[in-house]
Amino acid sequence: MASLKSLKVRITSVKSTQKITKAMKMVAAAKLRRAQMAAEAGRPYAERLTAVMASLAGKVQVGPNSPKLLAGTGSDQRHLIVVATSERGLAGAFNSNIVRAARKKADALIADGKDVKFYLIGKKGRAVLNRLFPGRIVHQVDQTHIKNVAFTDALEVARDLIARFEAGEYDVAELFYARFQSALVQVPTEQQIIPVSIPKVEGTVEPVAAATEYEPDEETILAELLPRNVAIQLFRAMLENAASEQGSRMNAMDNATRNAGDMINRLTIQYNRSRQAAITTELIEIIAGAEAL
Amino acid sequence: MPNLHFELVTPEKLLRSEDVHMVVVPGIEGDFAVLEGHAPFMTVIRPGEIAIYSSATTVTGRIAIEGGFAEVNDKGLTILAEAATEVA
Repeated sequence: MASLKSLKVRITSVKSTQKITKAMKMVAAAKLRRAQMAAEAGRPYAERLTAVMASLAGKVQVGPNSPKLLAGTGSDQRHLIVVATSERGLAGAFNSNIVRAARKKADALIADGKDVKFYLIGKKGRAVLNRLFPGRIVHQVDQTHIKNVAFTDALEVARDLIARFEAGEYDVAELFYARFQSALVQVPTEQQIIPVSIPKVEGTVEPVAAATEYEPDEETILAELLPRNVAIQLFRAMLENAASEQGSRMNAMDNATRNAGDMINRLTIQYNRSRQAAITTELIEIIAGAEAL
Repeated sequence: MPNLHFELVTPEKLLRSEDVHMVVVPGIEGDFAVLEGHAPFMTVIRPGEIAIYSSATTVTGRIAIEGGFAEVNDKGLTILAEAATEVA
């Protein structure tokens, strides 16, 4: 049986832990709201870009002269797996879920005899992936200094990815991140970003009344659009990831706060019992002493 | 008379969505102005300044944009810019 004093110390320590987790939960909730707003604000651009891409892609024939970003390198031997995780931990299973999805894909690809390399955004996936797939991490983007993801951050990553693609480092790039469904549900998602998959237009394409004029021409515009599309996909993923991270952290901290509450209750009961036991023993001793006289 | 629907979108947010008279856009092959009823048109834009006219003579806003592209269709003019800053 733990002594009264040590019980008391434990209760105080759990209480202060609870204060921290509670504060972290509040912070995550506030950040979540902001991240969600950012994700929503980014939607119109992505939607319009998708629409434009779709209408352009219908006009341009994919042939050997098409930009590589669209047509691919003609092989799918070398894969680059881009894993977007968070920079901080204590977010429940957020990072491990993403890493698990990426790992599954990598295992399948390696079993198929493909080359697999990793490109990390955020540092939390590094330890696990480095242990499982040593020497396969080509680069890690450090985002610790970034508070709110800006488009320029995504653009930088996209430029690097495209430069590596053009240098012939890989054939196909897949992106892993957590899609934000709700504060409670985040879905680890896989998305191919290079070569660019042309989005399918939902429903029927409205017939263009007059032939649209293009300046300079369709191919040039498309070539201009493709890198931008990679950037915007990345940006979207990063925004979704940020929202997911906060949602996941909010949950984890909520659970932690509740657990701490349960623990405090248990410890308090134990404390009270042992206090009573001590008093009873003392009384018995006094009475026994008095009777002995 | 504002009657051209104009939208300026950046990856971070929808910056403008309003009816204007005319917009002058720096296209890659030269500046062009869009009025109501412009033929469907799409172009890449170079970094520069767009000018928004609420009537034939009054400029209501100048916005510096950093590349992107512009699309004119029957719904109006949409500019997808990589970055945009209001010029005072």
